[in-house]
Amino acid sequence: MWRGRLILTLLFVGCFSLAAWLEPRHAQRLNHGESTDSVLGSLLGDGRKMVADYFYVEADVYFHSGYYPSIFDQARSQEEKDSDVSHPEEGKGGAQEEKGGFMGQPLDWIDRLSRQFKPSRHTHLGGESVRELLPWLKLSAELDPHRIQTYIVTAYWLRSSLGKSDEALDFIRGGLKNNPDSPDLLFALGQIFLEDHKDYFRARNVFLAAKDQWHKRDDSKPAKSDNPDVDTKDYLLLERILGGLVKTEESAGNLDQAMKYLRELKLIAADPGGVQKRIDELQVKINAGKTNQPAGR
Amino acid sequence: MNKILAVSGVVIREIYRRKDFYVLFFLTALITLAMASMNFFHDEQIVRFIKEICLALIWISGLVIAVTTAARQIPAERESRTIFPLLAKPIARWQVVVGKFAGCWFATGVALLIFYVFFALVSASREHELPFNGYFEAFWLHWQMLGIVIAMTLLGSVVFTAPSSNMTIIFIVTIGILMMGGFLHLMAERMAEPSASLLTIIYFAIPHLELFNMSELIIHSWPSAPWLDVLLVTVYGFLYTAFFLLAACLVFRRKALN
Repeated sequence: MWRGRLILTLLFVGCFSLAAWLEPRHAQRLNHGESTDSVLGSLLGDGRKMVADYFYVEADVYFHSGYYPSIFDQARSQEEKDSDVSHPEEGKGGAQEEKGGFMGQPLDWIDRLSRQFKPSRHTHLGGESVRELLPWLKLSAELDPHRIQTYIVTAYWLRSSLGKSDEALDFIRGGLKNNPDSPDLLFALGQIFLEDHKDYFRARNVFLAAKDQWHKRDDSKPAKSDNPDVDTKDYLLLERILGGLVKTEESAGNLDQAMKYLRELKLIAADPGGVQKRIDELQVKINAGKTNQPAGR
Repeated sequence: MNKILAVSGVVIREIYRRKDFYVLFFLTALITLAMASMNFFHDEQIVRFIKEICLALIWISGLVIAVTTAARQIPAERESRTIFPLLAKPIARWQVVVGKFAGCWFATGVALLIFYVFFALVSASREHELPFNGYFEAFWLHWQMLGIVIAMTLLGSVVFTAPSSNMTIIFIVTIGILMMGGFLHLMAERMAEPSASLLTIIYFAIPHLELFNMSELIIHSWPSAPWLDVLLVTVYGFLYTAFFLLAACLVFRRKALN
């Protein structure tokens, strides 16, 4: 009898010790060495990124109020698009919308009837209704904290439609904690400081950090490539960072500094003519400032 | 009719003595309220996310209650041998089957109504409005859909020997139809013959349970569906329920019970 109890106790101690030894290693393996505060993240393990992608798409589904193509509809649209390529005269712009969007014409009575019980019109959420996207975006970011786009999109909606600048700031900061070298996130943070907080000092520092990180990340990349799998320089982001710097310096009254960034911007801008126009306008402002200065200064 | 009502009354009493419904309702309420208490950027008005989760839980719970209840009715009577004294009374076999169906369907309907009242309360607490028409249509169609599933399960319970295999098959078939049923014709379009024709036949033969699901309209606050279409789908559901029930009666009529 006592022998049985002893074996049972030893087995229990063995199991307990083994569990205590394995658990931290298992958690480390699941999170690839990163700590996660999310219960969902811990539960899903390696499948987190897949679920994060699903949640991100779900936010898009909500943005379209449930009117969203299934994988079968997407395959059908792709086939139709392919046939448009081979018969361009048949595929005029806007024709899809007229035929009933991605759903096309109902194929039979069941299809026709089913459309009465699901969203069948293309709409976008507007105004404060975009708050409905936020749960999916936040969950997506928790599950995949390295997906930069999620932070950018969330911060955009929080600021533009809901006026929640402080929440956007906290969220972007959370993103930067996980991706400290991201120029996209630094740029988004700079925008909040510049446009919402009017804190030009911080905005300038953050934009400069974004510019530095952009050069570190993109300088080694090719400017153009025919291969879609090759990462090229993200000039659009650099344009926006420099644009932010110009605006910051203009707002802070440092027009000469703004001119310097505008000249830098002209070198990479998609529309150098437009930038030159801004340079001319700024030059007029600088000149006017110089003539208005009291004599003897 | 009285005999059918008597059998169904026994079924209803039996179902409400069991704990399945209470456990599922408690879980649904708990998960929904936990989700509702989550903080998303200090916004108290987010509602669609909660509606989606609550409706998904209601659909799962409704299906579990309907299938597990219906699948056990006839096998349990046979196993405990209470089917013999029951059939010794002046009652036809088809009346037993229809009575069992009616009991399961009404009990499921009452359970579903409680679920939808809870859903409406949660949704109204956030949205400050109650689209009664839409919610009633959603409840009604959901109930009709469960009628088909219960009739299918009763048919399965007289065809398959074990309730577990019946339940598994019904769950797979139901979930399969709900997820894929509406897309079979799109898949058939891309297939070669004879697979395309075969899939098209399956598409028109199966009961399209997804027609009864208007969750997307409810979640995204679209206007409710036209009543004429609701009526059409109700008739469609009634025909499939009658078909499966008749098939169950025919199989049970010739079934050896020992």
